Amino acid sequence: MTPMVEIRGLHKAYGDLKVLKGIDLTVERGQVICIIGPSGSGKSTLLRCVNLLETPTGGQVFVEGEELTHPDVDIDAARRKVGMVFQQFNLFPHLKVLDNVTIAQRRVLKRPKGEAERIARENLAKVGLEDKADSYPAQLSGGQQQRVAIARALAMNPDLMLFDEPTSALDPELVGDVLTVMRKLAQEGMTMLVVTHEMGFARDVADRVVFMDGGVIVEDGPPEQVIGAPRHERTKTFLRRVLDPTHAQEDDLDGAALPAEGA
Amino acid sequence: MSTTATEPAGPARGRTGLSPRQRRKISIAVQYALFVVVLVAVVFIVDWPKIQDTFLDFDNTREMYPDLFTVALKNTIIYTLTAYALGFALGLLVALMRLSSLAVYRAVALLFVEIFRGLPALLTLLIIGYGLPIALGGPVPGGTVGAVALGLGLVAAAYMAETFRAGIQAVPKGQLEAARSLGMSHTRAMFTIVIPQALRIIIPPLTNELVLLFKDSSLVSALGIAATGVELTKIGSDFAINTADSTPFVVAGACYLIITVPLGFAVRRLEARQAKAR
Ligand SMILES: Nc1ncnc2c1ncn2[C@@H]1O[C@H](COP(=O)(O)OP(=O)(O)OP(=O)(O)O)[C@@H](O)[C@H]1O
Ligand SMILES: [Mg+2]
Repeated sequence: MTPMVEIRGLHKAYGDLKVLKGIDLTVERGQVICIIGPSGSGKSTLLRCVNLLETPTGGQVFVEGEELTHPDVDIDAARRKVGMVFQQFNLFPHLKVLDNVTIAQRRVLKRPKGEAERIARENLAKVGLEDKADSYPAQLSGGQQQRVAIARALAMNPDLMLFDEPTSALDPELVGDVLTVMRKLAQEGMTMLVVTHEMGFARDVADRVVFMDGGVIVEDGPPEQVIGAPRHERTKTFLRRVLDPTHAQEDDLDGAALPAEGA
Repeated sequence: MSTTATEPAGPARGRTGLSPRQRRKISIAVQYALFVVVLVAVVFIVDWPKIQDTFLDFDNTREMYPDLFTVALKNTIIYTLTAYALGFALGLLVALMRLSSLAVYRAVALLFVEIFRGLPALLTLLIIGYGLPIALGGPVPGGTVGAVALGLGLVAAAYMAETFRAGIQAVPKGQLEAARSLGMSHTRAMFTIVIPQALRIIIPPLTNELVLLFKDSSLVSALGIAATGVELTKIGSDFAINTADSTPFVVAGACYLIITVPLGFAVRRLEARQAKAR
């Protein structure tokens, strides 16, 4: 069976700055992959290359066997199968919640109004916000906005969902609601690529955890291995910082020069 | 516990020994006094009967009605609205060209903006009004209204293009990305997501442009136009010349103010509301 996502030798540079330096990654149908790594390691760039919000400078990206990096690809059609959830939610502030969730259904999938609204309400119910259909995004909390953003993406019936640090902009007490929705989605069999710093989520939900640093994949394996028993020094240092930020050692600051640590 | 002059000098006191509050009081008193002096001077120096005879001799304006409203004000509004509609559509197009990924479009749009912002509006109007019919070998489509709308609309478009561009650029990039990630094409995302938000941001400057255009419609008075095409400034100056009196100017001016003052007020209200929403 063709994998959901296949990335081969992916490179991305902004001018002279090489951000992705040869990424190979395969995601099977129904898998949940969590991508972790330090700031600036290229996690967002990798995710954004999967739906071509960024144009790769080298390599290939396949989604369900279709090469997105092919010059003649219909990118708008390809993107319909790939939902994306952003750190900053990016709800459309001039539209009510219901219209946020129906607009692409109607304009892109050409669903009739009644059908689009029914599907929108189903998905709002799924994220626990059916009663907010007539609110404007500004009237919602961050956690509620992010759940609407998830409903908006789901309403397009995607085969694959991309999440770029979906809980990073949220107050701590709102993180749980969003993660619960994502957990449910994973249980229903959605294929998900999730950039996150939520190690608990990665450990419980991910089939595989991918650790990135400096534009390459350093470690890739089941969570109990990558988070539980990392092999690489860089992974260990990163996890120590994330899991116990208050006790990060002085040497850990600025991961550029990682000392042997004698450990 | 306010500081008074009898108390010993605290750290807030300056060389004069006065507190800042006391100095403010004195400054305000001086400003009031100055105002009263100027007011009294104006009242006594100006020759009021002469002023009234020149600018407020309403007997000389009887002949202006009802044409002032039924023809002149109406035409002023027609010229303004048609030019505005053209300026809006053309301005949006030019703004989108300015943001195009194709260098040719960007260059043409920039040239357009520079030319029509750089030329005096009157000259543009004269070129369209007198030159274009000759170039076309016949009247401009839409007749007088068409020529005026085009002349003033080109100038308005150049200014509005820059306003639209600023508004579009003020919409966060994530909005376009979210729309694209839902499968919308670039064009559809622009028209359903980005431009509606940009318009909200630029409602105050767009309304202001309407005020400017309303006033600039007075330039039409420089074109030789049939009586049915007369607007406020023209009717004012025609009557002023016929009666050798300036009151018709004042009457025409009042007609502009009836429209521009409320619009200006609305612009400030909108701006205040936006400042609060931030
Ligand atoms: N549009 C851009 N132009 C230039 N440089 C960019 C651009 N986008 C990202 N970069 C650079 O690419 C590198 C990787 O960025 P990316 O956003 O992928 O990192 P990240 O792993 O997601 O980090 P974070 O955890 O902070 O989100 C960074 O050094 C960033 O400055
Ligand atoms: Mg990122």
